[in-house]
Amino acid sequence: MIRFDSVTKRYPDGTVAVDELDLTAPSGKITVLVGPSGCGKTTSLRMINRMIEPTSGTIWLDDEDTAKIATHELRRKIGYVIQHAGLFPHRTIVDNIATVPYLLGWDKKKARSRSLELMERVGLPPHFAKRYPAQLSGGQQQRVGVARALAADPPVMLMDEPFSAVDPVVRDQLQAEFLRLQEEIGKTIVFVTHDIDEAIKLGDQVAVLRVGGHLAQLATPAELLTRPVDAFVAGFVGRDRGYRALGFSSAGTISTHQEQTAALGAPTPYGAENGPWILVVDEKQIPQGWLDLDGVKPGENVITDGMLYRGGTLATQGGTLRAALDAALSSPSGRGVVVDDAGALLGSITASEVLALIEGREREPQP
Amino acid sequence: MISSVITWLNDPSHWRDTRLNTGIITQLEAHLRFSGIALLIALLIALPLGLFIGHTGRLSWLVAAANALRALPTVGVLVLLTVMIAPNFHGRTDTGYVIPTEIVLVLLAIPPILSNTYAGVQNVDPAVRDAAFGMGMTGSQVLLRVEFPCSLPLIFSGFRSATLQVIATATIASYIPLGGLGRFIYDGLAQQDFPQMIGGGVLVAALALSADLLLAAVQRYAVSRGISGRISKKQVAAPDSRLATVTQAEVATV
Repeated sequence: MIRFDSVTKRYPDGTVAVDELDLTAPSGKITVLVGPSGCGKTTSLRMINRMIEPTSGTIWLDDEDTAKIATHELRRKIGYVIQHAGLFPHRTIVDNIATVPYLLGWDKKKARSRSLELMERVGLPPHFAKRYPAQLSGGQQQRVGVARALAADPPVMLMDEPFSAVDPVVRDQLQAEFLRLQEEIGKTIVFVTHDIDEAIKLGDQVAVLRVGGHLAQLATPAELLTRPVDAFVAGFVGRDRGYRALGFSSAGTISTHQEQTAALGAPTPYGAENGPWILVVDEKQIPQGWLDLDGVKPGENVITDGMLYRGGTLATQGGTLRAALDAALSSPSGRGVVVDDAGALLGSITASEVLALIEGREREPQP
Repeated sequence: MISSVITWLNDPSHWRDTRLNTGIITQLEAHLRFSGIALLIALLIALPLGLFIGHTGRLSWLVAAANALRALPTVGVLVLLTVMIAPNFHGRTDTGYVIPTEIVLVLLAIPPILSNTYAGVQNVDPAVRDAAFGMGMTGSQVLLRVEFPCSLPLIFSGFRSATLQVIATATIASYIPLGGLGRFIYDGLAQQDFPQMIGGGVLVAALALSADLLLAAVQRYAVSRGISGRISKKQVAAPDSRLATVTQAEVATV
């Protein structure tokens, strides 16, 4: 647990970066600090490992006052991931990851085997061990950055916009893997971002800060979307709040309609029960895309990849209402495809059915 | 002219010491000794100082001041120091001449080493320095384990340029009555023996280039491949191969 107790950071020129901040980051959870630039989110984060010293107030790490621990001792107990990874260019990947174990005086062999274990954890192939940071892409470097922070198994991790310097596709992937990793390791994480979507996706709780270092609202992501406390938070959380909030509502077990399918590689069928669109699946019943029967001659062609419309998203059974609604909205036939955890077809659901689910769901209890 | 220089260099009697003349080998040794001592002293002063200034950001005016030293007229300083120091030494010793020579050469070697070391440490990526402190390194660990190895390429280039300058300038030791390869240049000039004079110059240039090649080899060994970029081609950053396999499950989470 990390607890800010009326922490203030005032610079000599009078600028107040953080003003009387009270905040608790509970153990084993991800607390995201989010806000516009100049809101003091990075300053707050860096005060935890004393990269910046608070002007007044106390930051508690469990029941220890961080100001009473020698800075290098404190920092070795706290994992630290920064925006551009900041890997040591002269060290190989395996030695980069083993930085803190080396500092703690671990035996070299033990430190390296720990580091190889972490490479696997963060999804880096073992032959990267002897490479140098310059040989890695931005996303791979950031994986190394995360592994390095985890090396000595610190209970607490600080992450300063770790995914903001990589492209959106890699970012989504890193975020998904980060959440999966956190499920396994259950660290106390403080995560800084300027991206509200990232905050909502990753946070167990989100602290929205406003310029001048004031805490505007501390809430769960769902609560932030449904009940922003004032106009600033509402504006910052942005548009599509209602739609995005559906991402936190489970759709439960969706009752689906049977969907007629055609197999990839089979001849084009002579027509479908429900209009011109027919769902094409592979041999494992995994949906591949929709085929427009008006556009092909029946019986003559074999169904190939190139003929498919792939714009539709898939909803997973047991997933969120947002995924279910999006599947229905993005499907050219109007029938959203629902799959099981393995990705195999279960059936379909229409947008109006999802809306009925949304309207019928229990209102969230008032806090 | 060129052929007479080659003849001079090829004459074995010029290489050995004789009763009347000191040979090339002996002068080469003397030249290396002057240069080596000066470079060692300059390195011992400028390297720690440069690391300290770069790391702390304090005393950075010293770098500018050291660079101003480059403007000193070398021969003038040498003569001045000799006049001041040499009369204090009596008897069969050349210490009174060696000290001024070394001082002049050290003054010459300090600025490139100091300013390059300072620049090297200053140029370390701030994110790398931030990460080093954030991992829990102490100030001296950051300096020795991160900043120093990362600034090695610049430090080497400073030391190599200092080496070239010192070896070339050490010829002036012969301006005051000391040995070194400059002996051939000054004697050749005085005796109007131009093959000897040019031969001396060729020897100095050859020595300087050999020293530079040697240092280049040391640099290749000392600087991490991750910094020098000497990395085998087929290992250069491949795009994240996992991108190609965005699975259905990931699409479903959109």
